[in-house]
Amino acid sequence: MINGSKYLTDTIIDLPPSGIRRFFDLASGMEGVISLGVGEPDFVTPWHIREACFYSLERGYTMYTSNQGMIELREEIANYLNRWQNLCYDPEHEILVTVGVSEAVDLALRVLCRPGDEVLIPEPSYVSYVPCAVLAGGTPVVLDTMAEDEFRLTPEELASKITPRSKVLILPYPNNPTGGIMGRDHLQDLVDIIIKHDLIVISDEIYGELTYDGNHVSIATLPGMAERAIVMNGFSKAFAMTGWRIGYACGNRDIIAAMNKIHQYTMLCAPIMGQVAAIEALRHGEPEMRRMVEDYDYRRRLIFKGLKDIGLPSFEPRGAFYVFPSISVTGMSSVEFSERLLNEEKVAVVPGDAFGRSGEGFVRCCYASSVDHIEKALEKIGAFVARHKP
Amino acid sequence: MSLERRILELLERDARYTPQRMAAMLGEEESRIAEEIARLEKERIILGHNAVINWEKIGDDGVTAMVDVKVTPEREVGFDAIANRICRFPEVRAVYLMSGLYDLSVIVQGKDLKEISTFISQKLATLHQVQSTTTHFVLKRYKQDGFIFDEKESDRRLVVSP
Repeated sequence: MINGSKYLTDTIIDLPPSGIRRFFDLASGMEGVISLGVGEPDFVTPWHIREACFYSLERGYTMYTSNQGMIELREEIANYLNRWQNLCYDPEHEILVTVGVSEAVDLALRVLCRPGDEVLIPEPSYVSYVPCAVLAGGTPVVLDTMAEDEFRLTPEELASKITPRSKVLILPYPNNPTGGIMGRDHLQDLVDIIIKHDLIVISDEIYGELTYDGNHVSIATLPGMAERAIVMNGFSKAFAMTGWRIGYACGNRDIIAAMNKIHQYTMLCAPIMGQVAAIEALRHGEPEMRRMVEDYDYRRRLIFKGLKDIGLPSFEPRGAFYVFPSISVTGMSSVEFSERLLNEEKVAVVPGDAFGRSGEGFVRCCYASSVDHIEKALEKIGAFVARHKP
Repeated sequence: MSLERRILELLERDARYTPQRMAAMLGEEESRIAEEIARLEKERIILGHNAVINWEKIGDDGVTAMVDVKVTPEREVGFDAIANRICRFPEVRAVYLMSGLYDLSVIVQGKDLKEISTFISQKLATLHQVQSTTTHFVLKRYKQDGFIFDEKESDRRLVVSP
């Protein structure tokens, strides 16, 4: 057998594997684990959405769609963003349906990055941004965010990392893994810098609907930002549709057209079953979606208070379905804490440093889990912390 | 949504929720929740706390029937007097006033077919306001009070994901 590795490019060889991967292997080999380590809803896709998909299959919807996505879906997305965020996108030219936001991020970075262009990426954040920037030929520049700022990107941090090569800013709010959000005022503080330095913003708003005690604000709604922001969202989190892999990107028509050019050669189109389901989600799924969000809100309060009582404090997360407590009281690193918690109590959380260096000293706990489950996990984490407090 | 409504929705979903747990979920004081529940019980807004049980699984072969009852309403009290009278029988699990071809839908439970037919022929049908009854026996249950009787779906998610 030939040695496959010798054919690989330096880029792919140098690309580190996801920090989550190792932990996944560890946890999935174990029986009876209570997991707060997932990154997706515990709800199954609402029945009426699944049912709409069955019906479409019965009627023979099994073919390719337009590269950009079904026009009915793009129209529904335009309507939805208009009634929810008061954003206006032309479904013909300014919306692209993708295979999850993951593909949209990849496409945007590939069309925007010239070799050496810098992509500004706040951390802690989702694990894909840095690798995607590298694969696109860009240079990732990490922006550190801090617990004392509730992990918001501050204008000071942004300004301090700007160079003549700065090109793209990724804004991942509401944030995975911290649960932090950026309100209107906080976003406004960034706008001047963004415009002054002619940056394009990739705004990953996949957790936008999962905003508590207030409404999500898309940066595209701020004056001057609609043309500079590529708004990305999808159905995975709010509509509990992770496995359907349907996302979308909205923004400047030249950039969307360029993204579609790569998309048509590499993906052709997003799967039609998922697109049909997504149409149903936008036409009739909002009440059920709101019910799910309300449910996350209950559990958010429960776990936030529970962790505080145990002695693992965090700021109050206002978005997504994660809480990101500090574990400094135990004197352990994130990885050590997570591995020992898994081995000793069979509770899985994700070490914060998997999401970037500024996540060190924290762990991500997902509360997309039943109340019973969360309480059991809290009990076990409580026992663990009590045992290991110096 | 009001606190009252939130408490009721949570308890309707799972009556085991303690005031302590609900206090954490709703961001309220535990004593406030306990007081609200006590008030709701006193005002009979909360009528009880039943478990939903699949008796078949422990080999219980009890029988349930849905009985369509036509009755003669009475002056001043309409259907209420007869409906309340039917409610008193312990065999009766539920009574609803219906629109359509009959008046009352009465759900009756018994240990076997004979027990139910005896109840209907001797107790229910003989009430003087009752004109007729049509009895439908339940053959199989699929869903009750929001619970599907099939095996619970397991969590199919990966243990850890980004």
